[in-house]
Parts: sequence; structure tokens; C-alpha cells
Amino acid sequence: MTRINVKVDGVDHTDEVEPRMLLVHYLREQVGRTGTVVGCDTSNCGACTVHLDGRSVKSCNVLAVQADGHEVTTIEGIADGDRLHAMQQAFHDCHALQCGYCTPGMIMQSIDLLNDNPNPSEDEIRHGLEGNLCRCTGYHNIVKAVQQAAGAGVGGGGGR
Amino acid sequence: MSEPTGPTLLDPVQMGRPVGRLDGRRKVLGVAPYAVEHEAEGAAQAAMVASTVPRGRVRSIDATAARALPGVLAVLDHTNAPRVADGEDREFAPLQDDTVWFRRQPVALVVAESSEVAREAAALVAVEYDEEPAEVGLRPDSPRLYTPEKLSDGSESDTSAGDVEAALAAATHVVDETYATPYEHNNPMEPHATIATWHGEDAGLGDGPVLTLVDSTQGVHAVRSSLAPVLGIEPERLEVVAPYVGGGFGSKGAPHVNVVLAALAAKALAPRPVRLTVTRQQMFALVGYRTATIQHFRLGADADGRLTAISHDVLEQSAAIKEFVEQTGSPTRSMYAAPNRRTTHRVARLDVAIPFWMRAPGEMPGMFAHEVAMDELAHRCGLDPIELRVRNEPDVDPETGHPFGRRRLLECLRRGAERFGWEEGPRAPLSRREGDWLVGTGVASSTYPANAMPGNEATVTFEHGCYAVGIGAADIGTGSWTSLTQVTADALGVGLEQIRLGIGDTRYPSASVAGGSSGLSSWGIAITAAARAFREQHGDRPSEGASATAGMPDNPDLQEYALNSYGAHFAKVRVHADTGQIRVPRMLGVFSVGRAVNPTTLRSQFLGGMVMGLSAALFEESVRDPRFGHVVTQDLASYHVAANADVADLDAIWLDDDVETHLNPMGSRGAGEIGIVGSPAAIVNAVFDATGVRVRDLPVTADKLLAGLLPQRERDHVLGDASA
Amino acid sequence: MRPFVYERATDVADALDRAGDGAVFLAGGTNLVDHLRLGVRSAERLVDITRIGLDEVEELPGGGLRVGALVRNSDLAAHPALRRGFPVVAQALLAGASGQLRNMATTGGNLLQRTRCVYFQDVTMPCTKRDPGSGCSALEGYAAGNAIFETSPRCMAVHPSDLCVALVALDAVVRTTGPAGDREIPMTELYRRAEDGPETDTHLVPGELITHVDLPPLAPGTRSAYRKVRERASYAFALVSVAAALDVVDGRVRDARLGFGGVCHRPFRARRAEEALVGGPADAAAFAAAIDAELAHARPGRDNAAKVPILRNTALAVLAGLADEGARS
Repeated sequence: MTRINVKVDGVDHTDEVEPRMLLVHYLREQVGRTGTVVGCDTSNCGACTVHLDGRSVKSCNVLAVQADGHEVTTIEGIADGDRLHAMQQAFHDCHALQCGYCTPGMIMQSIDLLNDNPNPSEDEIRHGLEGNLCRCTGYHNIVKAVQQAAGAGVGGGGGR
Repeated sequence: MSEPTGPTLLDPVQMGRPVGRLDGRRKVLGVAPYAVEHEAEGAAQAAMVASTVPRGRVRSIDATAARALPGVLAVLDHTNAPRVADGEDREFAPLQDDTVWFRRQPVALVVAESSEVAREAAALVAVEYDEEPAEVGLRPDSPRLYTPEKLSDGSESDTSAGDVEAALAAATHVVDETYATPYEHNNPMEPHATIATWHGEDAGLGDGPVLTLVDSTQGVHAVRSSLAPVLGIEPERLEVVAPYVGGGFGSKGAPHVNVVLAALAAKALAPRPVRLTVTRQQMFALVGYRTATIQHFRLGADADGRLTAISHDVLEQSAAIKEFVEQTGSPTRSMYAAPNRRTTHRVARLDVAIPFWMRAPGEMPGMFAHEVAMDELAHRCGLDPIELRVRNEPDVDPETGHPFGRRRLLECLRRGAERFGWEEGPRAPLSRREGDWLVGTGVASSTYPANAMPGNEATVTFEHGCYAVGIGAADIGTGSWTSLTQVTADALGVGLEQIRLGIGDTRYPSASVAGGSSGLSSWGIAITAAARAFREQHGDRPSEGASATAGMPDNPDLQEYALNSYGAHFAKVRVHADTGQIRVPRMLGVFSVGRAVNPTTLRSQFLGGMVMGLSAALFEESVRDPRFGHVVTQDLASYHVAANADVADLDAIWLDDDVETHLNPMGSRGAGEIGIVGSPAAIVNAVFDATGVRVRDLPVTADKLLAGLLPQRERDHVLGDASA
Repeated sequence: MRPFVYERATDVADALDRAGDGAVFLAGGTNLVDHLRLGVRSAERLVDITRIGLDEVEELPGGGLRVGALVRNSDLAAHPALRRGFPVVAQALLAGASGQLRNMATTGGNLLQRTRCVYFQDVTMPCTKRDPGSGCSALEGYAAGNAIFETSPRCMAVHPSDLCVALVALDAVVRTTGPAGDREIPMTELYRRAEDGPETDTHLVPGELITHVDLPPLAPGTRSAYRKVRERASYAFALVSVAAALDVVDGRVRDARLGFGGVCHRPFRARRAEEALVGGPADAAAFAAAIDAELAHARPGRDNAAKVPILRNTALAVLAGLADEGARS
């Protein structure tokens, strides 16, 4: 077992974990953050996307021990009390979800995308979300949601 | 024609409004619980051990190393697993004997304290086999081909009218080609998963659930009715729960072996709950897939392009362990008019995994072949492909002679042509080029039967000023939570805020699965009946606790009319002249599916189906190992589904004033499948228009195109002006 | 996943001390963690090297770049000096994986990523690369992705990296440190051919650690580009890819670099084509002759024959584009 200190959604956690434990399993089973889901567990689908020190990673592809000393933000840590994060609100408003299983990862990657590029073109959005698969498949509305969030200044920009 | 006897239509007040998803907030917050997110105190974790031979017998299983691993609770195999009560359906009889029917069949199950330990231990179980020769490839000369008794839609394997051979011999224009579609996997984003808790016979003073399954399923009652006899439990004592489901596309339309394994493990470890999550890789073996097809399609037409013969001979595949017969030729029987017609199906049961429903089973591969063949015929006749379809529009259902409820195919085609900017007239392939890209457009028709499944019942109870409505339906992402609330509000004549909907749980009355574009129709019929019964019994001012339950009223129209949805797909493609890469800058679908109960969720169903059609046209193929028959492209890195950048301008519209009067009180017909039917053909037809190369086997990939593209590329190389 | 011990190195020397005895270096882990999960490989110990520095990009006198082995792919792709001087490298980086993986994956790790051959990743099937001596399942199995250059029945897999194709083309140099001291290994000599024994991908010795990758400067006026061909518009490994740098003076090719991806057990340097190009005219006929000289040595099989014309057309288009770009400036 290895002791790790990880700040998850603003709360400090100190835990003993097996080195082989994936970050996503740590978040789900030990921290109780089950909003981050597993779609493929081999880094292909993006459903498990979280932020590690503010940058998106696939949490099925990172060991919990690698997050030691770092900060993790999940889909459950971005709303402000009852107020949805502007990206969550945009996904809700634009009907950018159906079954909802890809949604947590899609939202987290969309925030990362706007942090890098606050005013992306449609093409940049589509490529920026390449690692997040939606089977339902609501790509069209997802792009609209990211555009709405960009317009709301999520990445610090004003939208196009 | 008989007097109208169909359903009495509801007055649409809430229906027709683009009500936002009622589950949307929970989903963007990450707090909607899918199967494995449900609380299960002290749950153990299970992991499957899969066979490594395609056919044979398990000679021995050595689980010593696995059992020695700290945290391993049990290793179950055919020698020690709990017995099923009814093992006739072999899919539901795992670990009951030593037979291996296909590679990757579960032959043992490890249960442990954690999923890591379970998976590690599963890898340590040593299995030896007596291998037998296996047949794993679908070939036209397969010795295993036979004529099935029925197709999976219940229809006949073979149909025939007139004299097809004579008509083809006399036809002015003939298309005689073979089309093929590949194995495809549903791949919903949420892997199949179950939490099973075996309470035992004595639970709840004798009448509580013996077993609870929290399962990722398209129908809780389907799981109950399928597995109660298998497990020897009274149906009402098998509880199944599935409030949120991360997609299914048919693969969760019935339980698969994983659910039985979870139940057996829970029985072995009772009362401890057991979680079993199917890994993405295992999903390629255990939860169904679309069979490959080889389709010989022949069309004969007179000089004016009027069809004289339609012949559709289908070869497809099923599994030795269990039969499933895709109804690939079914749509051909009703699509276009021709005096001479035939359809046949021949199936080979191979030593492979079990095929099952995948979005529009039958219609999707069958209409791909039919609509590409129609495009080829239009080309041969020198006709606009839309005009060809106009000339072959039937007056009545060619198969049954019944009148169509409302067949608006031509309106879909015309409306789409107008909106898309379709250039009328015969196609002139290879005539448009933008830089390095060859550009083409294509069109195809779509159809899907309007279904209402039997066996639905709903209950309405007045509680605290609200109407609690219960039905064991499912929302797999389609929007049932929202659209059923709208239906219920209109059925009771109240606002949305007064409805408390309950679905996804067998504590609610019996409901059919969310599948075959039948969910909203079937459930809405029962809900409306229950609401009407409620008003009859309790009036407009019910007292607290007033309740009514009702099933589905008889609907004689179902026997008298051919009820189908229709659509038209238009696609623009660009094919790179150097590489054969294909991009789809534009897709338009125009549909007639009856009333739009919720335009927002309806549109998403259409768009989703169309993108899956694009995905099937260009990417999807489950490649089998030719020796062992298992899928080698068994993850989402090697099994390609459309990603975001594969989609561009995408639009779906539907016809105005479209109300289906024969099927249900909502006036709707269902929309889950029609987006994927015909859309691959529209893309393939557009690729032909762009390149002059006709690809007849999906997916259309660069290597298939290049053989045809290259000769012309050699003639027309654009490097000439590149010198400095 | 088999259990392992996790250790964290504090600096380069500490990392080397911890090597050996079943230790595996862990950088971003984007490939390694998947492999541990799939059982493709196991480790007694993982030595996390992400906190030992080596995460800077240094501009060298003369226009070259020295890239620390632990610079993340996304940081490198965004680095102004790289984008300015080595567009082929930036384009290759962005053509690979996805945003999330580029945020984790490191430069050195990218060099050591392993084939995506479906049989390599499936522990239930024979694979000599994974299980030495067990044979190659791709020979008689799913073969559409197989190599066409330097083919060997010992292993038909292709190298998956985009970045490495660009680095091979640019004569990048890998700097390492290890039990036997420091080494400089040209990228073109880092990888083993399938025939040399596919069990190991590179000529690194056990315990050897990549510290930097040096990018030598290109002659002023040199144009470079990376083009990746895949069925999907994004997010897929290459069917084929081409990395090229072209220096054209007065209509004649002064220098040409060509790397091919998706076609060989290692990132492939098309030296025959380069030799044919240098000194010749920068026109379509000369380009075609040069590429054909290389493709004459391709050995496609039944299922992957399309790679040849696709590679040919792609390489010709990339060269034409670079020549055109140079002529316009």
C-alpha cells in the first residue's frame, strides 16, 4: 500500500492505496465520486475524463499514485452549490446529452478545450473532443453547447 | 375499407412541445446512477474467465493459483456453480456443463473482494480443453447453411409471388449484384453491468424478492420474464431495477449470459451482493452484435424504369449455441411495387458468439442493399434516383395487400430534395471536383415498421395532489422520462408539474422493451388506457390514494393496415483523390414518423441514427480472426465508431401534420431506428456519384475505393504544376 | 493487473539507482498503464520518473532544440520555437492520440510506445513481441494493418507513433544515460527491425533512461509537414503517414527528408527516395520517380496492399505541397 495525498474537488484526502489502483477506481470506490464513469478502461472512450491540476486526463489511464500531491477535479466538483457550471448549463440547455454516459467526460474535456482555446472554431471543437466518443450520438448538439459556453466566457473568451 | 376503429387520439397540449430533458440536470451533474453506481453494501466483484478455443470441451480447470490469491472469495465453474432450473436456452446456462460453443465463452467466474483482485485471479485460472474442429466463417458454400423456420420478426423465411426468373429474363434493365454488410457491435457507452443480490426464499416473510438485479437493460420486465424460469424463481419475486441506462441500441434488449452469471454468483455468495461489469473487450463476445450478411439482389425494370421483379436472397449467420435470425429481407417485401417478387434467407449456425438485435436489425443491412441496388437501377435506366422511386410507389402493401396507414415516402423525398438542393436528373458520376476532393451527392429511402408490443400495463395513483404513474418502461437515452411525462399529462389533462413518473423498475407494471422503435408507442397506449380508466373511475377530483390500472385495448387496425414510418436520406460526400479518404460534409434526413411527442428528443433520435448510419457506412466492422472466429478489433481504438470530427452539417426534419391515426392515442410511430435505415446507402450512393466507383460491401474504405480510383488518378495526376 | 511496488525517483541519478530487478520507468504512463491493465506486460516495480526534471525545451545555438524527455506532448506541440522551426514535429504531435493523452504523455514515453497490433494487445493469442518465440498471429490472421517495409514473418506489426516518424525524418538524436554512461543515439538507429528480433523495440539497454531528444536545425528556407491518412477524420492510428522536409533552391532539391509511418516495424526513413530527390528537379516526375524507387522495396500482403498506392499518393502530395509552398514564399 502507498499513502497518497490528493485534493479531490477541493477537499484534501489522505488514503492508503494499492499502487495498481487506477485513479478512476480511487475516485469512485475510495472517495465516492461516482459521477466519473468507466466506458472502456483502456483510454479509448473519454468517459472517465477528469482534470489533474487543471488539465484533462483519462482517469482509467492514470494510477492513483500518480495523482499524489496533485489536485483532481471531477464532474461533481465544478458546480457552485446549486448553480451549474456554465459548461454543464450549456450541455443542459443545448440538449447535448441523451443517455448521459459520455457526458461527464465530455463536459470535462470541453472545459479543458476552452481553457486552451477560449474561442474555438467548430472544427477546433470537433478535433478538441476527438478523444470523447458519444454513441447516441449527439456530437451536433455537443458542439453547440461548447459554443454557448465559449460565448459565456468559460475559457476567458467571449465566443465567436 | 372498414370503418375507422383505431385509437381515440389525445388532444396534444404537452405533446408537441420541446420540453427539456427532465433527467438532464442529474446527468450534467454526474449524479444519475447507472447500474454499477447503485449502493450495494459490501458487494463482491466478479470477473469472467473466457474460453480460448472456439469449439470443444473443458477438460480441466485449475483454479489453485486463483484461489490462493488474498481476497478471492470463490471460483465458479461447471463443476461447482449453482444449477439453473431451466437450461434449455444455452445462452442462459453458463457453467452448467463442459461444452465450449465459441471462443470467449465464459468457462469460469471469479468472485473477489475487489475488481482488481477478481481480474488478476481470472487471469490465473488455468483451463485445458479438448478442442474440436470449428466452423467460424460465413461463406456462400458453407455446409451449415439451412432455411430457418422464422425470422426474428416472426415472419416467413422465404416469400414468393409471380415468376421472378421470367420477369428478369424479359426485363429491359437488370441489376444483378451481391452486397455485403459486416459484423457490427452496438457498443453503448455504458458497458453491460449488474449488481445481483440473492435474498433467498425466506426474504420479506416469504413474499419479498428472492433476487434483486440492478441491471443495465432496455427492459426490466424482459429481464424478469427471461430469467425467472432460468433461475427457478417466481417472476414476481425477481426484482429488476434500471432507472438510468447508458445506451443499448438493442444489445440490452434482453439479458445476456453476464446477468445469469451475476445471479449465480450472488446465489453462491448469498446474501452478499455481487457486481459484474462486462469489460469493453468482453462486450465483443457476450452481449450480441449485428450478423454479417451476403445479399444477392436482383431488380428487373421495363424501359420506363418500372420494376417488374424484385429478388432478394440473403445469406447470414447465427450461432451454434443459440439461433438468432436477422430479418434482413423483411423490408424488401413492402418497399416498392413489382408484380414478381421473392425473398429468401439462408443461415449458417457457426461456432461463434451469439448475434442479436442491433439498431434496426434487418432493416439496416437489408435496406442498404435495396437502396444501393435502386441507385444502380436508376443509373442503368438513365433516371433521377428520386424519379425511379416515384415510378415504383405501391398503392397498397405489396406483401399483404393491406392499405398503408399513411405512406408519405414521396413527400419525404421531395421535401428533402428541395431543402438539400438536389439536382434533378440522371447522375453524372465523377463530374465534380473541389481541389483534391471528388464531390458527390446521394439519396436513399428509409422505412421502419410501426410497432406496438403487447403486454403493457400502467397504473395511475393520485397522491399529494399529483398523479403517480408507474410502468416498467426504460429510458436508455431516448428521453422516455420526459416524453412519457408529456403523454401522461395529456392523457390526464393536467400539467407536467402534476405528474410523478415511475419507470425502470419491476415494481411498476409490466412493460415491453425499449426497442424496435416501439417503446413510446407501447407504453403510451397503456398509460393512456390507465389514465382514461382513472378518470372514468375517479373523475376529475379524485380522492387521495385513488388508483386505476389498465392494459392495452384491442386495436383491430393493426390487422387491417400496413403501418410504417418512412424517410429520405440525402448525403454529400468528398473523396480524396490521392488517398480515398471519405468525408461527409452534409447529411439531411426527412422523416414521416407520426406526431413529434417531443421535438427535441425526437430530433436527437434522428440525428443519432444518422450518425450511426454514417459510422456504419465508413468505419464500423468487427473483424474476426479467420481461424478462431473471435473479434480481434475488440476495443474502441480498433473498432471505429464515428468521432466528433466525422460529423459536419447534420440536419433532420419531419413532415408537418403528420399524425398516425391507427397505432396509438399519441399519433406517433416511433423514431429510434429509422435514422440508421437507408443512411448508409445514401452515403454509398454519394460515393459512387463522386468517384464512379461502386462499393457494394460495407464499410466503404479507402482500400476498396482505391482499386477503382487509381486508374483514373494515374491519368489525371495533379502534380504537374508543382515545380519551383 | 498484477501487483507491483511503486517508487518515485527524486532525480536522474536516483532513477538509475532504482533501475533493474524488474523495474520499469513510469513517465506519463498512457501506454504502460493500459498494458499493465491488459496483462500485456507486468512489472515488479514502477519507478515514477516524472519528478526528476527533464521537462524543459531548450533552444540550442544554431536553431536546434533540446527537448527534455519528460516534456508533455501538449506542451511540446504548443512550444513557439517548435512550431516556428519544426512544423512537421508539431503537426505529428497533434495528429496523435487525444487531448487528454497528450496532456499526460511525455516525449520520451512517446518514443517507447508499443505497437497497437491487435494480437499484441490480446494476451490470449500468440505474439512473439509479447511472448518471445510464440509466433506471429497477424501472419494468418487480421493482416490489414501489417507492415509493408522490412517485413519479417517474425512480426508483422507496425510502429504506432506519429511523433517518431517526424523525428526520424529530421535526424533527431536521442540522448540517454544509463549503467554504461551517457549515449547519443540517432533516432534512425534507435529502433530494431522485426528481423533483428521483435521482442524488443529499441536498442536501449535495460536501465537506460532517455533524457533528451535533440532536434538539429534545418537549413533556412526548408519547408516541413506531416500528413496522416486515416479513415476517421481524427482519433485513429495511421493507415499511413508521411513526414517530410524539403529544401529547394532554384528549382532543385538541396535537401530532402522523408519518414513514413504505419508501414514498418520501426518509424521508417525513406533514404532511397531521399537519395533520388537530392540534386534533382523539384517537379512531379522527379518526385514520382523517387517515391517509386522507395516503394519498389515494399512487400505488401493480400490484405494491406492498399497501403502502397495510398502512401505513394500521400508522399507525392506532401512533396508537391512543400515545393509549392517554397516557390510561393
